[in-house]
Amino acid sequence: MAAEAGDRAYEGAGPPFILGYHPLEHGRNSMNTTLTQDEITRLEERARFIRLETIRLISIAKVGHYSSAFSAAEIFATLYYDTMRIRRDEPAWIDRDRFLMGKGHAAVALFPVLADLGFFPKAWLDQYTRLGSPLGDHPDMRKVPGVDFSSGSIGHALSAGLGMALGARILKRDFRTFVMLGDGEMQEGQVWEAALAAANHGLSRLIAIIDRNGFQLDGRVDDTMAIEPLREKWEAFGWDVSDVDGHDVVSVAECLRRLRDDERRAKPACVIAHTIKGKGVSYMETEPGWHLGYLAPADEARAIEEIMAGAAR
Amino acid sequence: MNRPLDPGSWQYRELNSRAPTLSTLSDTLIALAEEGHPIVAGSADLQYSNGLVGFARRYPERFIQFGISEQNMVSAAAGLATTGLMPFVATFASFLALLCCEQIRMDVAYCAQPVRLIGHHAGISLGFYGTSHHATEDLAIMRSISDLTVVAPADGAQFAAAIRASVHHPQPIYFRIGRGHDPVVYDQDTPFAFGEAITHGIGDEITIIATGSSVHPALEATRALQAGGKSVGLIDMHTIKPLDEKAVLAAADRSRIILTVEEHTILGGLGGAVAEVMAEHGGTLPAPSTRRGGVSSRRSSPRTR
Repeated sequence: MAAEAGDRAYEGAGPPFILGYHPLEHGRNSMNTTLTQDEITRLEERARFIRLETIRLISIAKVGHYSSAFSAAEIFATLYYDTMRIRRDEPAWIDRDRFLMGKGHAAVALFPVLADLGFFPKAWLDQYTRLGSPLGDHPDMRKVPGVDFSSGSIGHALSAGLGMALGARILKRDFRTFVMLGDGEMQEGQVWEAALAAANHGLSRLIAIIDRNGFQLDGRVDDTMAIEPLREKWEAFGWDVSDVDGHDVVSVAECLRRLRDDERRAKPACVIAHTIKGKGVSYMETEPGWHLGYLAPADEARAIEEIMAGAAR
Repeated sequence: MNRPLDPGSWQYRELNSRAPTLSTLSDTLIALAEEGHPIVAGSADLQYSNGLVGFARRYPERFIQFGISEQNMVSAAAGLATTGLMPFVATFASFLALLCCEQIRMDVAYCAQPVRLIGHHAGISLGFYGTSHHATEDLAIMRSISDLTVVAPADGAQFAAAIRASVHHPQPIYFRIGRGHDPVVYDQDTPFAFGEAITHGIGDEITIIATGSSVHPALEATRALQAGGKSVGLIDMHTIKPLDEKAVLAAADRSRIILTVEEHTILGGLGGAVAEVMAEHGGTLPAPSTRRGGVSSRRSSPRTR
């Protein structure tokens, strides 16, 4: 593949990108839930790519949400390189699975993926947050091909995803709608309005993924406004709830494949992905202050080193 | 189970006799759906108040009951619109424009989704239900949101015409309507175009610019004044945004007084919009005086201790 502006040496480290292991037509039920070693290696490489690109993009912006992106790296990788039915180079394909981000501030991790899928030129990434760039801290569907819904104000995405899932049912289309939510987002009342409605309307093709990284801007989530018991809350609201290790691509991918393909389930599904805020960079994992920050060059080099070392582990 | 009120029941007939244009929304949407338009409708526990019960009966699979969760309804409507459907969601204007203001700004307007927001029982039409149910700030709030068209039809016929016109309107729209018993101003086939005011005449002394439920009384006042020999005109400014500036300036060019009339606070609504035009064209006009009629921005009664 010809290198484009914006490509980096490490991007070639993994195997070449292949879209989805599943066919683009209906009948995903027959698909295997178990990942092959090749698939595991590819998803881990894509998660590493997401972390490294996050660092590079934030170095352009000079401030950004490193740790919010790092906690979700394996989730992004799994969704876009394994779970979701999408077509490369065709961001507006009508039957694509949809993805919405309640935690829009982690969009810095999404943009490299969308560029990698050919939804917009990779050169756009080099201008991340620069004046006139379509790419800002939060995703804007009017400007960025592949962004299925704009976000930034916490708490709206599950409702918008609910609307998409209702639309799919009315139009008799079989796409799935995936909504990534922050754990701090559980404090927004509108999330629970949407949770009630999705269960009430039996929207089994709506799948929420909670990035349970335990931190929000003011500190630990459970010190700020306790949200536990989370599983019981979602179950009580009528959802099918799964817990996964959000940094284990096998755990995440197998769970999402199962939920995506299960046509017998009548309920919407909620995945609580247990994650570590700042995962992959040791000094961020122990310091919640990295929710929003900027790495000095020496620290940036160390972060890249650690992410690459994590790959070798 | 959700069992809508039987349209043949006495309760439903009673509703319709008290609010003869109550079924305008539902009837028009049914007609559009039958013509093949991808209409869907949503209500937040007010399907009798907005008449959508009729649409729900006819197209149960295209009607979504959201329960008492207006914000969820507005965001979900935006999600529905992304799939190619044309959502009409309705609730009291006070809840829609004020409670759901941020969802309208973020999910509908910023995302450019062609959602049709129906704020019914606007102004002080809910009377003794009190301030919680009055919408006297909605025009000011909705008008300030980018890319949102704001319309206040004068009666049922104009509302129906506006709904029909909306099918070809790419932007999201906030409709501000009354409680279903607006006196008749227009014939059924009166043409309607967004952003094009209906000028019923320009007066040498006064031109009244009215919107929504204020058009009918303003028309009566105009006729009474004309009968008394005064030169008075009236403009029906059904579209608050984008405002028909040409119509305002045409009146300002001739009339000594421009008087706005609306069932809204005098701050930021129709009066505010017209005053902005007058101010910005101050140097080029004969400088008529502008007067804003509406609800006072001050509380009239002191707090009871």
